[in-house]
Amino acid sequence: MNKMRKHKVEVAVVGAGPAGLAAAIEAASAGAKKVLIIDENTKAGGQLFKQIHKFFGSEAHLAGTRGIDIGAKLLKEVEKSRAEIWLETIVFAIYEDKKLAIINKAKGSRLIEAKKIIFATGASENVISFPGWTLPGVMGAGAAQTMVNLHRVLPGRSILMIGSGNVGLIVSYQLMQAGAEVVAVLEAMPKIGGYGVHASKIRRAGVSILTSHTIKQANGKDFVESATIIKLDEKGKPIPGTEKRLKVDTICLAVGLSPLAELAWMAGCKFEYIPELGGFVSLHNEDMETSVEDIYVAGDITGVEEENTAIDEGRLAGVSVAGSLGYLSSREANERKQIIRDRLKCLRMGPFGEVRQKAKEKIMKLWSNYHESRYKV
Amino acid sequence: MRIVNHPILGVMKPRKRVYIKVDGNKIEAIEGEPILAALLANGIKVCRYTKKRNEPRGLFCAIGRCTDCVMTVNGVPNVRTCVTLVEEEMRIETQRGLGKWSKDRPTNSENFK
Amino acid sequence: MNQGIKYRGCPSREELENSPGYPSAERVNKGPVAVIECVEEIPCNPCEAACPYGAIKVGEPIINLPTLLENKCIGCGVCIAKCPGLAIFWVDLTYSKDEALVAIPYEYLPLPQPGERVEAVSREGKTITQGRIVKVDNRKRNDRTAVIYLAVKPEFAQEVRSVRVFPKRNS
Repeated sequence: MNKMRKHKVEVAVVGAGPAGLAAAIEAASAGAKKVLIIDENTKAGGQLFKQIHKFFGSEAHLAGTRGIDIGAKLLKEVEKSRAEIWLETIVFAIYEDKKLAIINKAKGSRLIEAKKIIFATGASENVISFPGWTLPGVMGAGAAQTMVNLHRVLPGRSILMIGSGNVGLIVSYQLMQAGAEVVAVLEAMPKIGGYGVHASKIRRAGVSILTSHTIKQANGKDFVESATIIKLDEKGKPIPGTEKRLKVDTICLAVGLSPLAELAWMAGCKFEYIPELGGFVSLHNEDMETSVEDIYVAGDITGVEEENTAIDEGRLAGVSVAGSLGYLSSREANERKQIIRDRLKCLRMGPFGEVRQKAKEKIMKLWSNYHESRYKV
Repeated sequence: MRIVNHPILGVMKPRKRVYIKVDGNKIEAIEGEPILAALLANGIKVCRYTKKRNEPRGLFCAIGRCTDCVMTVNGVPNVRTCVTLVEEEMRIETQRGLGKWSKDRPTNSENFK
Repeated sequence: MNQGIKYRGCPSREELENSPGYPSAERVNKGPVAVIECVEEIPCNPCEAACPYGAIKVGEPIINLPTLLENKCIGCGVCIAKCPGLAIFWVDLTYSKDEALVAIPYEYLPLPQPGERVEAVSREGKTITQGRIVKVDNRKRNDRTAVIYLAVKPEFAQEVRSVRVFPKRNS
């Protein structure tokens, strides 16, 4: 480890999705000299470049703009801000002294020494298993989305979507735009999980959304040839005799996301299990700082929400970092942070948002408790 | 099946064709795309068969994390086809089990992730 | 039987009539008007800025359902392509003696052509009548959300919300 070449920066941002890009833009524009964004993919933008639909929110979130175009806009801003991006670079460790170990094909391995670190590593897809789930043709909904929107290839023609959250509804719509037929969307709960407007789009395209249903098994020899679905009772138990066979060649799993938080675990950040936010999330305060000094988090890693909250949390972390480094006066930093916090509050209103608002308040309360207990004399 | 025209993404821009061999059969790919995209575009869904039960596996995560899509490429086994880009004259084989290192593989596996 | 958007994925008649964005029957009979079928509170307000006549109000907090100011709305149709949820439609019951004109946002290929006959589809995705394509607006400012204007029998104007351009594929 000591033989690795060192690279000194002021701010290291891990993850070039909307949260990471927004954080870097704020920090660099405020004056931070060396802001480095690190991402393992060949392209920056995180999930944005797979989102071809128009986003919600307000003008500050570029509402009404397609995800792909928001991604392009953010990248232009990053360029203007002079923050640097290293792509195809994996952060494989963080050591006790908070140095980040990275590896990149061209550069080899390096040790990044940063004054401030922001983890914006996003989330990954969950899976559910059932007999036949290993057959080719069963895939994550995000995987189908990557294939059609990034690589312009249809993974199949006849789709069964499992899960009616926003991912399931949106990817169903995108698969139809790509030319596939979505035979049905299954939802284990008695109500549809995602936004009504997303559901309405696919309903009027003729897609059935079967609530209180799940998949019993996938059938086929070398790949999916059909799916057996089954109805669930009020307790969520399969009702024998209600099996139906659907002729599909693709089964997409849209059953939630979990934060990708390995680096925060490694760094010793305190976590809490909050199912409404996707699982284990790192505690953070109002400035997005974790229980470990100088380490911040932003975006889905701190709780699976949306692109607009990711961007705003990124901005908040970026401003906090810039303020902490002295590039913004206390007053300026606080003013900017308050504006962003107010926007976040707004995004977390309504029947979908209030659960997340409560969860976020819980995280910050726990951070306070932990912080108090640590610094009590 | 390729999406030649798309209501949001527009018409596919003309790109250079690349020819790869899959289990001895020549198929057409597009420069810059991952191997798995070329396979799916040509209707090939099975990437490998598992060691113990000889069960088929293929695309699952599409982002290089699950290893369900690995195949033997130019004699090197366990190459993630969803994140490895096609190259002219690449030899791709449906992998059986853990795969075998071929004697005539390139000596540095720099090209494979 | 559970009705409404949370259960069936499309708004019920009650949800629509209770939504401040849904025009009254009286206004619909007067001439072209926007029909905003937004029934769930989510933080979203591009429709407000989209209207050049100030006929759509969301205000704060932005989870408010949009209110259509019926008498300010002249039915220009600019808002149809602006809603990220594709939840804004448009009807003109005064189009002709025996036809109404309905405008729907549409993001699929192939796009139908003016003059073409298509299946006119309800919110539940069922073909309920035939329609004739009058105009397809796919100008740049719509950002790839085409707006299809189709002529249908007037009794279907508030039911038709999509089209089927080709026959449904047999599985």
